[in-house]
Amino acid sequence: MKYVCLVYGEEEAMRGVDDNVCAAYGKELQERGAYLGGQPLMSVETATTVRVRRGEVTVTDGPFAETKEQLAGFYLIEARDLNEAIRIASGIPPAQVGSIEIRPARELNVDG
Amino acid sequence: MGDVDGGFEALYREHAPAARATLIRLLGDFELAEDALHEAWIVAMQSWVDDGGALQLPANPRAWLISTARFKGIDRLRRRVRYREKLALVAAGEPSASEATPEQALVDATVFEDDRLRLIFTCCHPALSREAQVALTLREVCGLSTEEIARAFLLRAPTLAQRIVRAKRKIQSAKIPYAIPEAADIPMRLEAVLSVIYLVFNEGYAASSGDALIRRELCLEAIGLGRLVVDLLEEPDGEALGLLALMLLSEARRAARTDGAGDLVLLEDQDRALWDEVLIAEGRALVARAFATGEVGVYALQAAIAAVHARAERFEATDWAEIVALYDLLFEASDSPVVALNRAVALAMRDGPAAGLELVEALLREDALKNYHLAHAARADLYRRLGRSEDARAAYRRALELTELEPERRFLSRRLQELDG
Repeated sequence: MKYVCLVYGEEEAMRGVDDNVCAAYGKELQERGAYLGGQPLMSVETATTVRVRRGEVTVTDGPFAETKEQLAGFYLIEARDLNEAIRIASGIPPAQVGSIEIRPARELNVDG
Repeated sequence: MGDVDGGFEALYREHAPAARATLIRLLGDFELAEDALHEAWIVAMQSWVDDGGALQLPANPRAWLISTARFKGIDRLRRRVRYREKLALVAAGEPSASEATPEQALVDATVFEDDRLRLIFTCCHPALSREAQVALTLREVCGLSTEEIARAFLLRAPTLAQRIVRAKRKIQSAKIPYAIPEAADIPMRLEAVLSVIYLVFNEGYAASSGDALIRRELCLEAIGLGRLVVDLLEEPDGEALGLLALMLLSEARRAARTDGAGDLVLLEDQDRALWDEVLIAEGRALVARAFATGEVGVYALQAAIAAVHARAERFEATDWAEIVALYDLLFEASDSPVVALNRAVALAMRDGPAAGLELVEALLREDALKNYHLAHAARADLYRRLGRSEDARAAYRRALELTELEPERRFLSRRLQELDG
């Protein structure tokens, strides 16, 4: 089963996490067949939010939600069940300074 | 016929919880397991009675119930096309016609026990909210109805039903495993299980409102769950033993805790002849076992304190030195201001009211206990014992302002009147 692990934290604290450590963990997961994809994100200052209402596109500066803790990246993982997903998520390096939200991935309901 | 009906009710109480737990594993679905169990029960009520109207049980009623319900459940799955995927999963374990009687395959009692432990750990999974853990445990493990749980926790039944539905949906969609955690995870997960059990017990023991009968039922369910966990863990942990001991030692004093009018009776005024000696003996033995594990936590320490009280034949014979020593350990383990307050009260019994008052005053200067009515009541009591009536009156009044529990209000008012009189 696929889970997305969303990495949240205060950007200041996140800067202390070494990219090499994150890359090494991703590689370790990949070797176990548990890593399907993932990406760290640029700072929230670079975020742009788009909405379409009644056919009209509005674009605003900044993230969708103004909170102290920001989305900093994500891992897409394969795990047997939530317990395994929790174990994998607790190994994600930024879990030490931020938090990881685990969400089961959902298939699109497509007709045909 | 009344006897047969009563017999059936007892049989249901005896076998349904374990059957439900096993069926959830076999069918992989809470609702389906519940529906299948009901269907099988209807069949049982018809076929467990002989022509003369007397009960005629199969060799192993529980296995009979499970195997009948399992067939019913698989039938239901077959009828539901959109559950095809799940059927493939269940079908892997589907009994074939040639298999020896399915009852025999299910007779192994350890399977039932593992299933109940699995169910408890699933219902108390940390990915569920504490409220959902409590509701699910009472519903699925203890078999209480949604209405009963709602009444006990003073919630509206639809609110509670919604909570249960949401929790079940999360179990299904986030794939919370129906499993006993791996050895390394057990201590962390057990903590949630024990705290849910303790919450259920306290709701039944300490609350002052609601339906008295159901609250008593909650205590008994909690004790039953505590026994189950202790019995099912291969090496019961000190806290699991401690919690069971604590519940038994508290339950042992139930009859003496209130008087005919439903008013609280203080420990020092309780009629110790009303304490249940059998429960006390069992509780004390469990405390000893808990301490022998070498891992003593908050439940075992509270149980040990209760055991010291239980050992004293009269209030005056209480070993306060030992109780203070246990509170010292408890404070180290929990660092709670309420524990510090209880320790101060015990110390006042050991060293006199002046020594206790000094500690209580210091605690009241901190924010945590400023508005805690029992802290003011304790201070009032110490002033009273020191003969400082005016200070005692003021403290009792403050405590009265802060409490909303009727029996405690009556108790405090009575004390106040005694001082005035």
